[in-house]
Amino acid sequence: MSKEPVAVVGVGQTQHTAARRDVSLAGLVREAALRALEDAELTWADIDAVVIGKAPDFFEGVMMPELYLADALGAVGKPLLRVHTAGSVGGSTALVAATQVAARIHRTVLTLAFEKQSESNAMWGLSLPVPFQQPLLAGAGGFFAPHVRAYMRRTGAPAGTGALVAYKDRRNALRNPYAHLHERGLTLEKVRSSPMLWDPIRYSETCPSSDGACAMVLTDRAGAARAPRPCAWMHGGAMRSEPTLFAGKDCVSPRAGRDCAADVYRQAGITDPRRQIDAVEMYVPFSWYEPMWLENLGFAAEGEGWKLVESGITELDGELPVNPSGGVLSTNPIGASGMIRFAEAALQVRGEAGEHQVEGARTALGHAYGGGSQFFAMWVVGDAPPTG
Amino acid sequence: MTPAPSSSEALRAPLVVEFPFTRSLGPVQSDFLTGLRERTVLGVRTTDGRVLVPPVEYDPVTAAELRDLVEVAPTGTVTTWAWNPSPSRGQPLDTPFAWVLVRLDGADTALLHALDAPGPEAVRTGMRVRIRWAERRTGAITDIACFTPDGDAAAPAAGPAPHSGEFTEPVRGIVAPARLDYTYAPGRAQTRFLAALAGRRTVGERCPSCRKVYVPPRGACPTCGVATAEQVEVGPHGTVTTFCIVNIKAKNLDIEVPYVYAHIALDGAGLALHGRIAGIPYDQVRMGLRVTPVWTEDGRYPDHYRPTGEPDADYDTYKELL
Repeated sequence: MSKEPVAVVGVGQTQHTAARRDVSLAGLVREAALRALEDAELTWADIDAVVIGKAPDFFEGVMMPELYLADALGAVGKPLLRVHTAGSVGGSTALVAATQVAARIHRTVLTLAFEKQSESNAMWGLSLPVPFQQPLLAGAGGFFAPHVRAYMRRTGAPAGTGALVAYKDRRNALRNPYAHLHERGLTLEKVRSSPMLWDPIRYSETCPSSDGACAMVLTDRAGAARAPRPCAWMHGGAMRSEPTLFAGKDCVSPRAGRDCAADVYRQAGITDPRRQIDAVEMYVPFSWYEPMWLENLGFAAEGEGWKLVESGITELDGELPVNPSGGVLSTNPIGASGMIRFAEAALQVRGEAGEHQVEGARTALGHAYGGGSQFFAMWVVGDAPPTG
Repeated sequence: MTPAPSSSEALRAPLVVEFPFTRSLGPVQSDFLTGLRERTVLGVRTTDGRVLVPPVEYDPVTAAELRDLVEVAPTGTVTTWAWNPSPSRGQPLDTPFAWVLVRLDGADTALLHALDAPGPEAVRTGMRVRIRWAERRTGAITDIACFTPDGDAAAPAAGPAPHSGEFTEPVRGIVAPARLDYTYAPGRAQTRFLAALAGRRTVGERCPSCRKVYVPPRGACPTCGVATAEQVEVGPHGTVTTFCIVNIKAKNLDIEVPYVYAHIALDGAGLALHGRIAGIPYDQVRMGLRVTPVWTEDGRYPDHYRPTGEPDADYDTYKELL
């Protein structure tokens, strides 16, 4: 028996910002969930199950927050699942929800991911001083910066590529009312002259800390037939993981990412991603990860990712727009960031992306990664149901 | 410095994880905790008319938003209990007490708190109890110091009264300390590694399948899924495979910026480890730089790595380690 086709019929996000002191965690997730239900023109009663995700519990210090959030998400008396894959969690949460529809376990599933970074200890939650171990010498940026340098050495990329990505994503964010950063006065020169934090990563090339939540309503073919607005149809979804450190790990282009992309393209019948995919929402917390992921995801040959960036192909009006929403560089509620990528990919093929709509987008990729380039989650969505 | 462990005894040490977490309360919890500060216990009325204490923001049955607050009595009835003979830190009382679920008069649900009683024989389900307020109240659940027995007093006749939830200077957020106490055991492989480090030797372990040498060893090769047993001394020299220059001071590190944080592949190791480079201006550090560890008297690990003065390693010799 073939799988049930899965459609995205509702998308909801909060207005992402540095601190939402006016709402509890419950109030925050509630906003995103209600907006997704409104978009789908459904009520709590139409939801069969809820699948949520967030980054590690110790970020906000609420152990098993899914228990306390059940009321806010209308989940009482329904199956409620929590997914847990570090920064990629928003993507893998959506995929777990999609699997429940595809397997005909549930017909309509609400999926949601969130983070309230203003009330969290992300830095300490990630790097506890452990007895007997050498203290860590740098934060998240310091962890990733050496990999960026390795990428530059391996490919001969010029030093300015990262600034181009940051400038593009921040300009795209100006078209996205939900984005956290709206830096109207930003210029390429300001990006290039922003303080060097973890050389080669500059301040303006790093993601912000955000409070936010993102939700989607996923449903089956019958649910899609009743949807008030265009659907996004899932054409493939895949997850892969690998250890943070092992002998032979390619930290610049991790194999788990390459394998995950190959799997999702095979499911979606994509043989030439550069030509067949119209818009990409990829997880780029530091600007240089755009050229790195362009190679890892097969949009560019090895060593050529930076050339795509330099040629302007990944601009909003380019051949292959990357992060039309402004991406993680403009909005980073960690646990939600992966789901925002998946949801923005869905908005593009639904034609519902507003001012940051990629004209004529019919096929889009949503991508998330997390841990020390350890977890990968991706989906391909299209404007028409999958055939066969 | 901790005495060097022998390779046969595995290390253990306490690990305490403790943070003060901030919480924005949202409308209902804000009213509830501000009420406690004012010796007023608020509940919320659900869609089907029940009164929940403590109150919640969303109806557990219908998921509707709940904002219909009521004031309940500071007296109530124990619905069930458990004796706590040895209170631990952070609990409401430091002498033995009963954990109780108390249904306050006017409420339909019970609140978890502590009952100050001389012993378990003085506690029973159905007994009447009363709130003992804390002298200093800040807008927190601890504003209820505990409950105390209330003799044979009957429940008040009046039901819960509507309440606006409005107070002057409402509490909008709280700080909730969280603490976890672990005993950390790094395992036999790391114990062996640390024992060798005490003699300033870096000893990794070779995978019998892929032949790669893990430093630090973890007892197994994550790629092949087999135990590593053969010990292999690596270094002391190594190659900087990649690095970054840290320009912002981390609050937990006593290192002056800028400094260089590098990945260093010790000679013979199958993967790079992390270390700081010094003994060379930070802007002269480069990929391929040959380095060697520098130890301090009391350090478990090298303090940093310094250049050896050898010619730089050729890129091809370390490119697989990036």
